[in-house]
Amino acid sequence: MPTFNLILGACLLYAALLFAVAFWAERINARGQAGWLRGPVIYTLSLSIYCTAWTFYGAVGYAARSGLEFATIYLGPTLVMVGWWALLRKLVRVGRAQRITSVADLISSRYGKSNLLGGIVTVLAVVATTPYISLQLQSVTLSFAVFAGRGGPEDLNAIALWVAAGLAVFTIVFGTRTLDANERHHGIVIAIALEAVVKLLALLAVGLFAVFVVGGGPVGTFERIEASPIATQEILPGRWVGLSFLAGAAFLCLPRMFQVLVVENSDERHLATAAWAFPLYLFAMSAFVVPIAAIGLTELPPGSNPDLFVLTLPLAREQGALAMFAFLGGFSSATSMVVVATVALSTMISNHVVMPIWLRSGPAGALVSGDVRNVVIRARRAAILGLLALGYVYYRLSGGGAALAAIGLISFAGIAQLLPPMLGGIFWRGATRVGAATGLCLGFAIWAWSLFLPSIGAGAVISDAVLAQGPLGIGWLRPQALFGIEGLDPLIHALLWSFLANVGGLVAGSLLTFPTPMERLQGAAMVNVFRSGPGARGWQSTMAGAEDLLVMTQRILGPAEAQALFRAAARAQGKDGYLPEVDHGFLERLERELAGSVGAATAHAMLSQITGGGGVSVEELMRVADETAQIMEYSARLETQSHELSRTAAKLREANEKLTRLSVQKDAFLSQISHELRTPMTSIRSFSEILRDGGAGMTAGERIRFAGVINDEAQRLTRLLDDLLDLGVLESGQVNLRIGDWRLEDLLDRTLTRVGPLAPISVARRGDGGMVLRTDDDRLTQVFLNLVINCRKYAHAETPRLTIRSRRTGGVAQIDFIDNGPGVPAEEHDLIFEKFSRGGDSQAAGGAGLGLAICREIMDRLGGSIAYLPGQGGAAFRVTVPLADAARRAGE
Amino acid sequence: MTARPDPPFLERAGYRRRRLGDAGRLLPILGAILFAMPAIPAKAAPASTGRMGIYLFGVWAMLILAALLLSRHLLRASDEEGPLPDDTP
Repeated sequence: MPTFNLILGACLLYAALLFAVAFWAERINARGQAGWLRGPVIYTLSLSIYCTAWTFYGAVGYAARSGLEFATIYLGPTLVMVGWWALLRKLVRVGRAQRITSVADLISSRYGKSNLLGGIVTVLAVVATTPYISLQLQSVTLSFAVFAGRGGPEDLNAIALWVAAGLAVFTIVFGTRTLDANERHHGIVIAIALEAVVKLLALLAVGLFAVFVVGGGPVGTFERIEASPIATQEILPGRWVGLSFLAGAAFLCLPRMFQVLVVENSDERHLATAAWAFPLYLFAMSAFVVPIAAIGLTELPPGSNPDLFVLTLPLAREQGALAMFAFLGGFSSATSMVVVATVALSTMISNHVVMPIWLRSGPAGALVSGDVRNVVIRARRAAILGLLALGYVYYRLSGGGAALAAIGLISFAGIAQLLPPMLGGIFWRGATRVGAATGLCLGFAIWAWSLFLPSIGAGAVISDAVLAQGPLGIGWLRPQALFGIEGLDPLIHALLWSFLANVGGLVAGSLLTFPTPMERLQGAAMVNVFRSGPGARGWQSTMAGAEDLLVMTQRILGPAEAQALFRAAARAQGKDGYLPEVDHGFLERLERELAGSVGAATAHAMLSQITGGGGVSVEELMRVADETAQIMEYSARLETQSHELSRTAAKLREANEKLTRLSVQKDAFLSQISHELRTPMTSIRSFSEILRDGGAGMTAGERIRFAGVINDEAQRLTRLLDDLLDLGVLESGQVNLRIGDWRLEDLLDRTLTRVGPLAPISVARRGDGGMVLRTDDDRLTQVFLNLVINCRKYAHAETPRLTIRSRRTGGVAQIDFIDNGPGVPAEEHDLIFEKFSRGGDSQAAGGAGLGLAICREIMDRLGGSIAYLPGQGGAAFRVTVPLADAARRAGE
Repeated sequence: MTARPDPPFLERAGYRRRRLGDAGRLLPILGAILFAMPAIPAKAAPASTGRMGIYLFGVWAMLILAALLLSRHLLRASDEEGPLPDDTP
């Protein structure tokens, strides 16, 4: 058996090794060569601080007492890790996005950077963790005592004190040496990764020794288990499910677990590896627990402490080296847990208790002139010392009596109270600060009353009488039978009621209260952390001096980092030097950086002090919302405008095409009209020359014929010029109209009479010929005449037909002239009413192409219209004329 | 400008990735059900600790294996097209 001194020497050597490894890790990290040190393997191993001395020694004891139930402590975390996609991924993303430094920081930050909540969580965490730290001291001390032989209680206490002091030194050296901008501790992480390997190997070594050396192989061991008292241990359903849940909840909420899971996480992708590798680690840690317990129960003398079987089993078989390895494993488990837990808690204490008080009590200019950095670091060192002292005191008070597992579970149930505000915070935007605080306080109070205080010892804080009859004899307040429900396991009883009250308080408080703007911003930022986009805007531009901010930041982050940060910000704004424009973007970034060191609430409060209030107000929120609304409205307007533009462009294109066609037509018309004028002029000139030169040789008959030709041609010229003049008069609006009431029939009769014989065209008149029109009869007849003549010109059908159809609609008469000719091609529909326009075959037309243009002008003047009617099986024109009775009614 | 609505259907790869995410969310539930089996009170004499232990560690091992396979796929999927949009069916 190794002597006590040998063990002590091994411990010191081991501690020295840890120091060396941690120093080495920090050095190569500082040189930027620590790539693999931040890999997924190290991350997974660092999670193993979940397995403390409680696991190392206590699990075997637990199995010896209650069979398989010990496994529930590992099943919960296994499920949490396996389901990383649903929960941990979001938690880690939130933690990284918001620069979260601790579980208290997460909750405080989510609920509007509330110092109150941060304080509550910190106090709760300290109360719940202290028993756990003392548990580690106890297990290390007990294991020392095994080697020390029958050490007296004084020796034990001295050992515990020395262990606590040693741990404090290690933690202070590595946990508070620097004030990291992102609160990561590479040295510590590497050291605990090493410890993870040591404790796993130690437990596996003892397990293999037990199974293959003592137990006689797997089969023999199995038979021994079946023969031992453990075999008949029944599984209690309530405890089985309740403990699994509790372990999963504590896995997420324990300050030390949050530290390694979220704060020290350098890459989200590591979760994918840890998702299976950490359950595998737990699996390996648990695999030999039952065999060791069963073999210990049969091999060791009755009355041996099952919590120490891991040590005493090798010792009983005279395996000194193995026992020493096992001892180092247990020592590793205890130290790594204490180190990380105290680092996490000291961060919480300095950020959520000390800093707020210091900020409030210090003089106004303290941020700029005082040394903030020193305050933070000193607060953390003091907190580490205080926590270990507290653990030691608890150890002395409790006397180290209760079984390890019981203390651990009480601690778990306390810390698990953080689960509702935590999950409510990242999944429910409606959770408010009041709700979270109410739930936490209720759950914490019930936990303390029904589980924590009774655990300190019967009669110590709560007297036996109160335990049995309730305070002041109020039966339904009995600590272990709240509301009169008796017979439950005390742990499950406390768990049930505290969670009911906690969740109930959170929900009711949240539903009944209204969150502050900051809470709403933070809530949205955390719940929607996966939706990329601009984060919450918490600052308005102020007149704060950039210089003051730089001075303050230097005191927290250190001069080099602060200057680099300011310089980068100034450069991003396109400025030289170290002082950027203090806009809200810069303030937000600065706050995030500071939050990485001192926590969100404190960073926010610090910036608020320097920028003179600031922060987010309802008005600011409204302004942000307004801006968004304005941008949306503006872009909507732009969109309409661009639609309008494209419509206008299309119209312009159309107009342009039309103009081009018209210009071509005008050129054609000019040559046509020159031709038209030229033909009669030519014949007039030649016939008049013949008349002049013909002299006596010309008969009277010939002379009369030639004069007739000259006259005809002159008349044709006159008609052409009349048409042009007519159009000119109509267009200039100088036409005199003689409006009267006329029957449609009469006007049509007049038209057909004037046009003369139409054969071979057959004319059919349909509809109501008796309508009385209010119009100028001459002008309207001119329009009708034009249409009928057009028909005669263009309708080249075998049996040409003209249908004149009339009917009344609304206050107007519609008169359609429809023939069965070839009609007007679609592309010419909008051109035929233009001046100088003419149906495709100009030879056939024989006119100057002014007819329809004149018609349109006339109908405009008469208050009607003329339009081409497509799709009638030929050319069809619709003339619309006001009715007399409708015009009269309108006049009245 | 109104927010552009999500497209009604995803392309095949995106659909596959989301179902992988669903599997990732359901795996712990499956694990919880299997782990809770020993807690179901049976009329017959309860199984011995040894046998129950073999069942429990068997389930545990299967779950680790499933997590190993699934995590690899999830990681590859989220690498291919950046982070998955969350909370969308």
